Amino acid sequence: MINKLVASMAEALKDVKDGSVVLIAGFGNSGIPVELIDGLIEQGAKDLTVVSNNAGSGRTDVAKLLGTGRVRKLVCSYPRTSGSVVFEEMYSAGKLELELVPQGTLSERMRAAAAGLGGFYTPTAAGTKLAEGKESRMIDGREYVLEKPLKGDVALVKAERADRWGNLTFRLAARNFGPTMAAAADLAVVQAREIVELGAIEPELVVTPGIFVDRIVHVPTPKQAGTP
Amino acid sequence: MTGLSREDIARRAAADLWDGAVVNLGIGVPSLVANYVPAGREIVYHSENGVLGVGPSPEAGKGDPDLINASKQLITLMPGASIFHHTDSFVMIRGGHIDLALLGAMQVSVEGDLANWSTGDEKMPPAVGGAMDLAAGARGVYVLMEHTTKDGSPKIVERCTYPLTAKRVVKRLYTNLAVIDVTPSGLVARELAPGLSFAELQGKTGAKLDLANDWKPVSV
Repeated sequence: MINKLVASMAEALKDVKDGSVVLIAGFGNSGIPVELIDGLIEQGAKDLTVVSNNAGSGRTDVAKLLGTGRVRKLVCSYPRTSGSVVFEEMYSAGKLELELVPQGTLSERMRAAAAGLGGFYTPTAAGTKLAEGKESRMIDGREYVLEKPLKGDVALVKAERADRWGNLTFRLAARNFGPTMAAAADLAVVQAREIVELGAIEPELVVTPGIFVDRIVHVPTPKQAGTP
Repeated sequence: MTGLSREDIARRAAADLWDGAVVNLGIGVPSLVANYVPAGREIVYHSENGVLGVGPSPEAGKGDPDLINASKQLITLMPGASIFHHTDSFVMIRGGHIDLALLGAMQVSVEGDLANWSTGDEKMPPAVGGAMDLAAGARGVYVLMEHTTKDGSPKIVERCTYPLTAKRVVKRLYTNLAVIDVTPSGLVARELAPGLSFAELQGKTGAKLDLANDWKPVSV
């Protein structure tokens, strides 16, 4: 029997190792797996590389994780937002390395990892500072930049509904990076608001097929990120 | 002379959108454009975080925290809207499926170079978001912004001094003072804020402007 449901947050995150690359889904405060992030802080892994579109606002969720000092490097498209105080403190104190990646390139690099590709050529950032040091080539008269895959050791994803095989649906635009990150990590850990019977999600409405998911923890009343 | 409000800049830009256009709305003034759809037209607004069919802002106190735009403000959905994940959203952006990107800017040059992600100041962490993907992939880029910085420095310049987002992509500018086209022969002011003289406009612009023969006051 396939059963990816785990009984506790501790079990869901038990073997996250120091030095892991952790993909954290979400955009702004939507789709941030707040409880999984709190679980990771509790679990204690350090020397982490975190991949996330933003760097959190206030002092909760992603910002709280950065504030523990256990994140060595942040791979991010838009770290500086209103309220990104912890990121700014850590960055200006030289305690956090930043790799700034255009948002579409960030997503596609993870998709490439999920898809087993060695990289891709994109017109994004060609001729700019963010392409410095990267291989580029002309294809049909246009300059493209080589971008390499970005694979996670762990992905933390917030879903709306899950079954025990790991089939997922998402709530509104909280979907954002979830499906790509789940597929791009060796260990995809999902928090789901609702656990449903196998077959309860119409097959044609499954957003993330269960083979991309490894563990599911039930979080029936998830917090919205950015709220105390 | 402050000219148009942010809402009026958005309303003026929306008036140029055509029936059936698919238009990405970036951070800042562009996000306000979703509140303005010219009568009789269907325009599909795209938000980089995975929404097609963005509607106007919800009433105060309403809205859903999982329905937001690139500016992280609450939005509504139009009938016919769709939601998709980030990678698909940037397939749309990078793959030329978006007719027009409306973006904010820190600087725009005479040649349409766009700078909107970094001041180059090492102490100020940069933030690029989807700007470089949009600039490279949308079929057209229009900029909506204040004409000058808060301290009055020109944002429209001969050459960008900030690191570029993309070269030669901006086709039109909507500011609080004017509507300006980027043409092969230079910047052409098409519309001026009511009461503003061309000399005043030129004085607030860091690059040479031409005044269109058929120029008119901005009407919103």
